[in-house]
Amino acid sequence: MVIECKHVWEQISGYLDQTLPPDVLEQVEKHLAHCEICSAILDSTRNILILTADERVFELPLGFSERLHARLEEEIKGMAP
Amino acid sequence: MHTELRDESHMIASILAGDAQLFHELIRPYERRVYAMALSFLRNEADAEDATQETFLKAFRNLGSFRGDAKFGTWLVSIALNEARSRIRRRDAIKVESLDEPVDEEGHTSPSLLRDWKEIPSEVLERKEIRQLLHNAVTALPLIYREVFQLRDIEQMSVNEAAAALGITISSVKVRLHRARMMLQKALAPQLQQIAPKRRRWAW
Repeated sequence: MVIECKHVWEQISGYLDQTLPPDVLEQVEKHLAHCEICSAILDSTRNILILTADERVFELPLGFSERLHARLEEEIKGMAP
Repeated sequence: MHTELRDESHMIASILAGDAQLFHELIRPYERRVYAMALSFLRNEADAEDATQETFLKAFRNLGSFRGDAKFGTWLVSIALNEARSRIRRRDAIKVESLDEPVDEEGHTSPSLLRDWKEIPSEVLERKEIRQLLHNAVTALPLIYREVFQLRDIEQMSVNEAAAALGITISSVKVRLHRARMMLQKALAPQLQQIAPKRRRWAW
């Protein structure tokens, strides 16, 4: 069975997580093999996931650690766990 | 950080036995992770910092109730999640965060169509505007998508863990995660693609 692009888009997440059932996977892979547009969408999504998971994207504010540990220190001095 | 080289259960036992100072060391590898999660939920640096401090204080106070069957990091994330969510609820009593949470999970997001997508090397993250771009796109997601994306694709929780942490079904996790990823693709792919061709020194 030949599937259309928009049906492939619905499977991109499952494809990336490798959770597609074998028959769907086969259809998606067949489609990807000849469809540049869907391949580009898949690649860009995968790339975006790699980039957003990079720890540099959510950086700590200046002095964050010092303030955190100072507050913990007050707590530790105040009581035992 | 070298979490794999640390014996966290031994550290926790020592803390509970009275070496409370060791708690500073125990949490160091998790500071950024907890902050990132709080920030993605609360969208505000000051609130996120406060929620992070509160999370670690609660972890310290409740360390005795930590069970070794979960990872310490996962336990911290669940405390942070509760903290962030209760703050959002309090804030929502005043503001309108709920307005940007569409109930319709069946809706479709069409991806950005790009023929010549090239791989974006992670070196682009050296540039602050790129980090800001990614950061803004994640925090701009409506909450129900943002929280799933944060737990699955940033915290790398399993589908089951994320479903349990959020109190939603596994199938909702999958549907929401798919939509979150597609929204990010749509928002980010055109902008990231413009960046890539300027730097030709990477082989692709």
